[in-house]
Amino acid sequence: MSDTVTITIDGKTIKAPKGANLLKVALEHGIDIPKLCYNEKLTPTGACSLCIVKIENRRGFVRSCTVEVEDGMVVTAFDDHLEDIRRTTLDMILSNHDDDCISCSADGNCELQDLTFRYNLVRDQRMYSPMWGNLENRSDTTSQVLDYDATRCIQCSQCIKACHELQGKGVLGYAERGIGTYVFAGMGRWEDSECDGCGECIQQCPTGAITSKAIYTPHKMIREKDIDRKVTTICPYCGVGCQLELSIKKNKIVRVEGADRAPNYGKICVKGRFGLDFIHREDRLKKPLMKKNGKFEEVEWEEALDYTAKRFLEIREKHGADAIAGLSSARCTNEENFVFQKFMRAVVGTNNVDHCARLCHASTVVGLAGTFGSGAMTNSIDELEGADVILVTGSNTTETHPVIATHIKRAVLFKGAKLIVVDPRRIDLVRYAHLWLRQNNGTDVAWINGLMNIIISEDIHDRKFIKERTEGFAELETLARDYTPEKVESITGIPADQLKEAARLFGSVDKASIVYSMGITQHTTGTNNVRSLANLAMVTGNIGKESTGVNPLRGQNNVQGACDLGALPNVYPGYQKVADVAAKEKFEKAWNAKLSDNVGYTIVELMHAACDKKVKALYIMGENPMVSDPNIQHVKKALESVEFLVCQDIFPTETTQYADVVFPASSFAEKEGNYTNTERRVLPLTAAFEPVGESKPDWAIVQEISRRMGYEMHYKNVGDIIDEINALTPQYAGITKERIQKGELLQWPCPAVDHPGTKYLHKEKFAKGKGTFSPAPYIPSNELPDKKYPFVLSTGRILYHYHTGTMSRRSEALNRYVEGPYVEMNQGDCEALGVKDKDKVRVSSRRGEITTTVLETRRVKKGSVFIPFHFAEAAANMLTNDAFDPTAKIPELKVCACKVEKV
Amino acid sequence: MITEKSDQDVSVVHEIVGRCRDIEGNLIKILHQVQSHYGYVSEAAIKEVADLLDLPTAKIVEVLTFYNFFKLHPPAKHNVAVCMGTACYLKGGETVRENFNNALNIKDGETTSDGLFQVEAVRCVGCCGLAPTVSVDDKVYGAATKKDVEKIIAKYSNE
Repeated sequence: MSDTVTITIDGKTIKAPKGANLLKVALEHGIDIPKLCYNEKLTPTGACSLCIVKIENRRGFVRSCTVEVEDGMVVTAFDDHLEDIRRTTLDMILSNHDDDCISCSADGNCELQDLTFRYNLVRDQRMYSPMWGNLENRSDTTSQVLDYDATRCIQCSQCIKACHELQGKGVLGYAERGIGTYVFAGMGRWEDSECDGCGECIQQCPTGAITSKAIYTPHKMIREKDIDRKVTTICPYCGVGCQLELSIKKNKIVRVEGADRAPNYGKICVKGRFGLDFIHREDRLKKPLMKKNGKFEEVEWEEALDYTAKRFLEIREKHGADAIAGLSSARCTNEENFVFQKFMRAVVGTNNVDHCARLCHASTVVGLAGTFGSGAMTNSIDELEGADVILVTGSNTTETHPVIATHIKRAVLFKGAKLIVVDPRRIDLVRYAHLWLRQNNGTDVAWINGLMNIIISEDIHDRKFIKERTEGFAELETLARDYTPEKVESITGIPADQLKEAARLFGSVDKASIVYSMGITQHTTGTNNVRSLANLAMVTGNIGKESTGVNPLRGQNNVQGACDLGALPNVYPGYQKVADVAAKEKFEKAWNAKLSDNVGYTIVELMHAACDKKVKALYIMGENPMVSDPNIQHVKKALESVEFLVCQDIFPTETTQYADVVFPASSFAEKEGNYTNTERRVLPLTAAFEPVGESKPDWAIVQEISRRMGYEMHYKNVGDIIDEINALTPQYAGITKERIQKGELLQWPCPAVDHPGTKYLHKEKFAKGKGTFSPAPYIPSNELPDKKYPFVLSTGRILYHYHTGTMSRRSEALNRYVEGPYVEMNQGDCEALGVKDKDKVRVSSRRGEITTTVLETRRVKKGSVFIPFHFAEAAANMLTNDAFDPTAKIPELKVCACKVEKV
Repeated sequence: MITEKSDQDVSVVHEIVGRCRDIEGNLIKILHQVQSHYGYVSEAAIKEVADLLDLPTAKIVEVLTFYNFFKLHPPAKHNVAVCMGTACYLKGGETVRENFNNALNIKDGETTSDGLFQVEAVRCVGCCGLAPTVSVDDKVYGAATKKDVEKIIAKYSNE
């Protein structure tokens, strides 16, 4: 049977794919059938009745948006009769709409207004008198970020459907019936509803019924025609790498929408849409600062650069190159990370370069490199929707990677996928889960081994895959034998029956994806946790094909790129090992410099070395260890101990106050370059504005210091750096500036200019040849609760803030949702302590104490507390343990012992 | 606001949902039982049902507002049902309803602040010969006039 059908619309012969939507086909062929409720991304609604057509041999009028084309279909889209009915229908819709266009920000960008003009239904031409008056008290302005005006709502359903079908949230609904129908959120008050402010409904509303509150502008009356220009660029928050469309008026962002391109295809979250006002904040760093007599003074660039270069040279002269260390940044571009690590290696002469990936996915890089040969998300984000089973563990995806969560939810809601969540907290995804296993914190190796025990003993493992593609299965089999469901229950608290059900589900399907994040990695057994997940994927043959894989969700916007481009102490760009003589020679030749043989310090080691006076100078680009790193007291001591501290940032931070020199950096919106998102996709930034004040892109600052230290880098622009990356980094070799400019959104590995990029890894063989099983026994966490510190503390991120809050805490809208620190506590524990929601408590551990506010909740279980780490005034990292994983050197941020007292 | 804040004890909601958990299309059944137990469906009950069924609250409120049967506010002590069936309407039922609303200072579907009365318009109650009729709880009053309205209110206010 042919996949194409031929239809006729108004005498015009049209070929269309079988099963295509009739209205869509008509619109694509220039037949402009009017519509108000149709949205290509949503299921057909058929509510507005404007798209009616006549179809030969069918009775009556048919809403064309609800019809699939069939071969030989003869359609009348326009005749006087149809147009007459449409006009009357539109007239009725208008009677329920307050057409006070002069007070409406959708004026000029309103589908209803367009149709009113088209059908000449200005007021004196209408038959029906206004009936919207009874809807006035149905408007809802309680949301933190948007307003709903019921008198402008035409009940097209696009907002309700977008919330459900695109975002997977289902927060909105219709209340009442007939002429009194209106849209509501939750239980009738937006502010108290489950709405998380993503603003998808605003983006889809065809009129001015749902509009943004004044977030970027003093008042909300911004019309399309007021906008000077639009720029598409990449969101600076998380590792999803959503493409944003910034609307700009008088050099200020006035509106943000999701761009309809990979990886987000129009969807964004509350941070991307409403959280970018920080770039215009007055307290941006605009001029270099130098500390003179204990106080910062603004100085000229020359002075700051000369002084920095001089101090670096002096310290190297006196104490050697390894006395200098640098922290690169997962917030900066690929090119900036490349230049920074090159500076540390070729100019300073040390491998002491690391960045905060150490604190999030160091164990992923080590664990997956050892088993598969490549430490990144094996598959792509949109493949999640094709999975039969998705196992999410240690990832509160809804809050940390909101747009990826929409794919998981859509898989469950619309594609029949089964979701297994393994998490000690009752996270949002639990609502979508087929099974929720609630393990004790830090017992992940045990339950993963337990799953494999059941899968192997019930003979549902993939023998063929294991035989052909892997090595070392015998050892794994031996290890797994010990982890009987009963033993696992005693360690993890997961009932044996649930574990069996999960194992059977995971093991029995064709395509199972594993998604994980810091709940897996931030442990002293982080590497073993990751290896165990890799083992599980290989045992069941769920790797190397679509919609499967082991998928670490990378935290920061460019943490993937920063790792790829060598901002790590043991590898050059492209994970070429420092210890490999050939690799060292290659880079020495390319950079015309003698490189160090010593593997450098990792972040936690670096802080120890600074305290021990082994590291004398520290260069920090776009990081804020005074909030992000474990055991802050110790970090503070380290920063105070070094002789010379240079920072470069967009704002003054908790860290920059310890610096001797602070360079002002340009924000994401003011520079060019590329981020590599969590699915290995290289995404280009577009400069929307000139740099603020005298700020410069980070790469340019590094290059200036380099020149003053006697090493010319000769980069005129970002393109020059990309050329060098292509030449030295095999997996980026084909991701050239020309292809990026052409709009190709390539995923590495892309080894040649004619290579299409790689959607999923390890297709026919693993990057390292055969996949290696790495059996790991369960080892308890480093610090467990005891009499003195009876609670388990876990830390993490929340939707409304980001990392150390340098950006998100300067956002008006995000602070309307969450203003400050808190500790999540179980109701039972609150009762036992005699505290209530919003009471102040003191939380202390062996390393420090903070005072914060109680959030009474069912999310955490008794004996556990959770503290978001964004808030410097009650920094969770005052409490956390800097004990680290022996291989990956990642600290145990997810488990430590603490106590809670009423203040 | 569609719903009212409440700190109702919702333990019975657990039992109801527990009984109906595996029945397909159980939502309406559950809401019926909740209303029959509590007399109405409170905000706390909606939240609990949403939580137990892993449903967005909006999906529940949509059902509750679509069907007239469901009550979202606590019922008054006395329900005044003014008949608007054809006979009663022609005999001045509309005026009787207005009289009640004005005297009690409430609209249809609302409850007086003392919680004593609510007024609703109903269709034929099968006593057309007595038109216009008013039913208060289970008792029917025929040929109601403005004076009767005052008397009825006085009678039930003192009960």
